[in-house]
Amino acid sequence: MTKPVQVLDRVTIRFAGDSGDGMQLTGDRFTSETAAFGNDLSTLPDFPAEIRAPAGSIPGVSGFQLHFADHDILTPGDAPDVLVAMNPAALKANLGDLPKGASLIVNTDSFTARNLDKAGYAANPLEDGTLADHQVHPVPLTSMTLEALKEFDISKKEAERAKNMFALGLMSWLYHRPTEATVAYLEKKFASRPVIAKANVTAFKAGWNYGETTEAFAVSYEIKPAKLTPGTYRNISGNLALAYGLVAASQLSGLPLFLGAYPITPASDILHELSKHKAFGVRTFQAEDEIAGVGAALGAAFGGALGVTTSSGPGIALKAETIGLGVSLELPLLVIDIQRSGPSTGMPTKTEQADLLQVLYGRNGEAPVPVVAPCTPSDCFHAAVEAARIALKYRTPVVLLSDGYLANGSEPWLLPDVASLPDISTSFATEPNHEGDFWPYLRDETTLARPWAVPGTPGLEHRIGGLEKADGTGNISYDPDNHDRMINLRAAKVAGIAADIPPVEVDHQDGSGLLVLGWGSTYGPIGAAVRRVRATGARVSVAHLRHLNPFPANLGEVLAAYDQVLIPEMNLGQLRMLVRSRYLVDAVGYNKVRGLPFKAEELADAIIGLLDEGAGK
Amino acid sequence: MTQGNGHGNGAAVKLTGKDFKSDQEVRWCPGCGDYAILSAVQGFMPSLGIPRERIVFVSGIGCSSRFPYYMNTYGMHSIHGRAPAIATGLSVTRPDLSVWVITGDGDALSIGGNHLIHALRRNVNLKILLFNNQIYGLTKGQYSPTSELGKVTKSTPMGSLDHPFNPVSVALGVEATFVARSIDSDRAHLTEVLGKAAAHQGTAFVEIYQNCNIFNDGAFDLLKEPDTRADNQIRLEHGKPIRFGKDGERGVRLTDDCRVELVDVADVGEDALLVHDEHRAEPSLAFMLSRLSHGADGPTPIGVFRDVERPVYDELMSEQVEAATARQGRGELAKLLHGGDTWQLG
Ligand code: SF4
Repeated sequence: MTKPVQVLDRVTIRFAGDSGDGMQLTGDRFTSETAAFGNDLSTLPDFPAEIRAPAGSIPGVSGFQLHFADHDILTPGDAPDVLVAMNPAALKANLGDLPKGASLIVNTDSFTARNLDKAGYAANPLEDGTLADHQVHPVPLTSMTLEALKEFDISKKEAERAKNMFALGLMSWLYHRPTEATVAYLEKKFASRPVIAKANVTAFKAGWNYGETTEAFAVSYEIKPAKLTPGTYRNISGNLALAYGLVAASQLSGLPLFLGAYPITPASDILHELSKHKAFGVRTFQAEDEIAGVGAALGAAFGGALGVTTSSGPGIALKAETIGLGVSLELPLLVIDIQRSGPSTGMPTKTEQADLLQVLYGRNGEAPVPVVAPCTPSDCFHAAVEAARIALKYRTPVVLLSDGYLANGSEPWLLPDVASLPDISTSFATEPNHEGDFWPYLRDETTLARPWAVPGTPGLEHRIGGLEKADGTGNISYDPDNHDRMINLRAAKVAGIAADIPPVEVDHQDGSGLLVLGWGSTYGPIGAAVRRVRATGARVSVAHLRHLNPFPANLGEVLAAYDQVLIPEMNLGQLRMLVRSRYLVDAVGYNKVRGLPFKAEELADAIIGLLDEGAGK
Repeated sequence: MTQGNGHGNGAAVKLTGKDFKSDQEVRWCPGCGDYAILSAVQGFMPSLGIPRERIVFVSGIGCSSRFPYYMNTYGMHSIHGRAPAIATGLSVTRPDLSVWVITGDGDALSIGGNHLIHALRRNVNLKILLFNNQIYGLTKGQYSPTSELGKVTKSTPMGSLDHPFNPVSVALGVEATFVARSIDSDRAHLTEVLGKAAAHQGTAFVEIYQNCNIFNDGAFDLLKEPDTRADNQIRLEHGKPIRFGKDGERGVRLTDDCRVELVDVADVGEDALLVHDEHRAEPSLAFMLSRLSHGADGPTPIGVFRDVERPVYDELMSEQVEAATARQGRGELAKLLHGGDTWQLG
């Protein structure tokens, strides 16, 4: 008997279970199958901050959302069409996000009195009508996994652990995913324990076969491959792309990469990744604290390395004084801030965009620093190269502002041709530059950058420091006019970078009076929202900033061309404040700080609301 | 051994102390002990045979931290307390350099205490000179973490309440591989200690008693004045019984219940004296010696307390880079990007 197949253009699936249920792995595997099949996709993992919250409790729920389609998509999806809930806590934590009519696949075996109690359910939601608005597929996942593995010489606990692979098999059948790569993956992952490898493969296949034979699933679904630009792709998360971008920056500049970092969520993965790439000459230093991390990076920069430090908001606060020293020393330094929810410790695993003003202004004195913000996970690669380019060319600390959503989210990445990447090489000073002397602060007339003379260069011995320096010689100076000149020179140097970055591109729609302006990780949700609005026939234009200091040279002109400007941000209006003060534009904000990315729907509503207002409705 | 400490492949160079003087006017208070140290260091540097361009002085903030400006080498005057961290990044990426850290008691032991102990435990190839004047000079006279208990200063009109650090004890406590103490005014001793520090592979920690004649004048007079110094300087010399006093009539003995005590040699006999072994692997005895005096207020050991070999952090890091490169070959960017699951479209 062949079951009917329904063709869909896009689906959003969320896997949710206890931290110990292997939901991230399940999501990763489903993503790989989907990527191999050729859909466009976007993912969003959502895991608890606690390493091992009590099993079965709501704080212990770990989730992974995946949106895939037969066309290009921009976000991991507003709300799941399908929720796979491995236990009552996962159901309870996610049910609120489920629209009416959405499907629910529930592991009925875990709905025991004890687990219901741990999730705070007084009655079993599978039986009391709680789920009446949804299409519920009750599946005894655990017992069927145990049954499939009963011939195996493994403990019950080990057999039970394979239930996520049973679920993956079932979902793979339901959405016609290719399975070979998952089988190969499991065999490799458990190569040291072949019986476990075999058990997982068996559970995976049992899940698939169950889908095919059971009457519980009458229909399966097909999502045709998307028409994407031809080329070689891989799926990539923001932090991985960023780490690769740093390696690339080192190769493209010809400078050895030095990372000084202290572990912090959600930036630690960059330290982990870079520590694997010593064959690229990468040196990673797990410092005693955040201050030492950036200090060591600055010391390495003094010696001629590409110095990098990675952190998140709380760590960036601690690094502020050293970044200020970097501004004064005018040495290249990359400061990477993977923003998370604040203030203080906030919500470490949740995303936010509230460090913009911190990185721009969170230092003593006039201490301008260029800021670059990637807009998608794969863009973290290119943004890292761009940040390094600016740092090296202008001898300045540069902040790269990513966030938790980009860091952990993933998307297919059309791999760049290495030969097409920019040359960001720079040169060290080798000769005296002023009447037989070396003046460390004699600037390049165009870039205003000072020469970078590294220790080991004969004849260029010099001393630099955090005290104000005389223009040119770099000697200590308390001269009032000199200080004023140096303040202005440092500001002009950073402001001048505007001439060396691309203009902001506008996706302009004829006849539109409203511009939606975004920065950073809101790129996807804003783009999806604009598509929705345009689909209703309304007119709206959109632009996205990748450089936040300095702004692209044409930004003022762009803003002036619209009657209304809307700036959605996951903060209380930080870019909006900058834009209003700099361009005297009456921009309005859409600001929500929930630790989660925006939904396309809420942004579309905000845009339509503003359009109505503009039309005087 | 290695080519660290600034000795590259090139031939030794002949320089004089004058070559290490920068063109900047020295601006410490007249009479400050820093002058003597600067002069001793400038005079000592040529003996290293390292060209100036391969020497770097990194400092924090404080009176002593102005030091790099006066040395005609590469230098960085950085942030309060952070010099060991900054110097670590420089040293591990540039093993060809001789990297010196100049710090004070407040800089190294108060605001920068964390960086100091971690540099020492890692054994980064740094030579750390701590100028201890037991006071905050640059901020005009508050007590420091090495000031004696009960010290009356601007911020402690009724006397300080905090028990002081003994810098040598701190360094030995974190198992620093080279720990020594000297005195600003004793040029010969200081020069000898600097030489041993420079030759050491790994972190060398040298505490230098430095007189601040403005805010804490005479703090080390007991060890300096002709009439008291013989009775109060315990000069540690490797392989020799520890003796002091004008005629070596006093000494140090290890007691049966594991203490070190000061004795009259005449009472115990020379054979009973402790023989100093700076290469002793175990740091506890050196630590006990450091406890003989808490801050130059009685017989106080100077010289090298400890000088042992332990793998140098910089070299270990370089070895990992070399091992990874030998195993995997030099990294190729295209290969890196194409690693993992890829798929082809179109
Ligand atoms: S305040 Fe003291 S330590 Fe500072 S320069 Fe003057 S005498 Fe020297």
